[in-house]
Amino acid sequence: MAANEQQNGENAVEVTGLRYRRGEKQIFDRLNISIPRGKVTAIMGPSGTGKTTLLRVMTGQERPDRGRIVVEGRNLARLDDDELYALRRNIGFLFQNGALFTDLSVFENVAFPLREHTRLQEHLIRHLVLMKLQAVGLRGASSMMPGEMSGGMARRVALARAIALDPKIIFYDEPFTGLDPISMGVIVRLIRVLNDSLGLTSVIVSHDVAEVSSVADQSYLISNGKVVARGTPEELDRNKSAWVRQFLQGLADGPVPFHYPSPDYATQLLGEEHR
Amino acid sequence: MMGLLREAWYIVLDFLEMLGACGFFLVKLLRLTPQALMRPRLIFQQVFSVGAMSLVLIMVSGLFIGMVLGLQGYNTLNKFAATSALGTLVVLSLLRELGPVVTAVLFAGRAGTALTSEIGLMRATEQIAGMEMMAVDPVRRVVVPRFLAGVISMPLLVAIFNAIGILGGYLVGVALMGVDIGAFWSQVHGTVDLYDDFLSGVLKSVVFGIAATLIAVFEGYYAQPTAEGVSRATTRTVVNSALAVLALDYLLTAFMF
Repeated sequence: MAANEQQNGENAVEVTGLRYRRGEKQIFDRLNISIPRGKVTAIMGPSGTGKTTLLRVMTGQERPDRGRIVVEGRNLARLDDDELYALRRNIGFLFQNGALFTDLSVFENVAFPLREHTRLQEHLIRHLVLMKLQAVGLRGASSMMPGEMSGGMARRVALARAIALDPKIIFYDEPFTGLDPISMGVIVRLIRVLNDSLGLTSVIVSHDVAEVSSVADQSYLISNGKVVARGTPEELDRNKSAWVRQFLQGLADGPVPFHYPSPDYATQLLGEEHR
Repeated sequence: MMGLLREAWYIVLDFLEMLGACGFFLVKLLRLTPQALMRPRLIFQQVFSVGAMSLVLIMVSGLFIGMVLGLQGYNTLNKFAATSALGTLVVLSLLRELGPVVTAVLFAGRAGTALTSEIGLMRATEQIAGMEMMAVDPVRRVVVPRFLAGVISMPLLVAIFNAIGILGGYLVGVALMGVDIGAFWSQVHGTVDLYDDFLSGVLKSVVFGIAATLIAVFEGYYAQPTAEGVSRATTRTVVNSALAVLALDYLLTAFMF
């Protein structure tokens, strides 16, 4: 018990021996990941490796086949729905597309968790919402509707909403995808600033190597259901593994071949000619 | 032959599975209803978009159906020199059958499809998942207010449909065809019974409201989160609601009359 508490003190999230299968495909095979408290941790890997699934498993949106997931000292497998919801009040989650409520204004989107979980008076809610919007630089856009905003702005509003209840941990699902360079720079800065100023623990799932390297304290590289490498951006840069080199440098060919597995080229062409 | 039988058996199994899932969903909605009633503003907003926004369709349809009833009824009754019974024919047809059934089918087409596609798209754009991640139960916050709004709106829409329909029958029968105004209303007054005719229609409208709205929110909530999935769910809402309303109508009529 003492060891467990000590472990919980160091790590906000602890994934041990995770196994998860979808249909015939083994997505995770005895995966171990520790997310240290107060740090920005990135989980990287090629598309289709199950990075988003891993976030969903870590937040109890999906149940693993086997393995132990401990978030803020609570074993997810032992929580009922009410306990899971109570835990989620300490968690912020930024969806890839923002997942803003399209029938509510920016102000009401950010106010939503406050209205649902607190009985604060209207003027206090207004102050809190404006403070959160100020933090992401969009206080002036509070009356806009989500449909009127660019992708980058929508993601910043979603970020303001994710921190509305002052969570302890925040999960980012592909936060840099589809953004222009300026919006990307803004999001990178926000992740770092919010993490440090609010004392958060941040988990980023992404395959954007440059952005992740500029913001993450440590990164995990996962492939084929296992951790292939872990370390600080500098440590990963020094990693000699051919797979790690191919992924970090974006090489077209390497351990991950350019061609999808296929029969012999000549045999297939000639075979069709003779048919 | 065996293949056909097997296909039919699978269709029956699928139907029973959907019926069971719908039943469980209804129990969940009813269990969360007291909490949803604590926030009536959410329900009133939905009564506006589900009920009030359907008003024009319901009123225009009611007027034309009442007018057709008046015309057909007059032509038929005229053969037996019984045109004074036109009021009874129009009012009983509307109160007992046409009002609740036609309103419910129109409701499924106008409001049911809107509910299904709205909730389905909320799932497809991760708004439902977002709510769950903010520790807010989407069934309580999104589905129950819409369900209650449908159940509240349907009897009101039926009442308006009936009132306008009777006016349509009156306009054609009395103003156009020359049926005596006194005979028209006195026949209605003398033959229409509060319990047998009026309240039975109200009961039907409540049952149809529960069925049509339940199917709409169920299909939306469990829609595949893709464009194709939402489109299919919307189609199923119209088809299943219409079939459910007609089947329930027969059952209720058989029990009540």
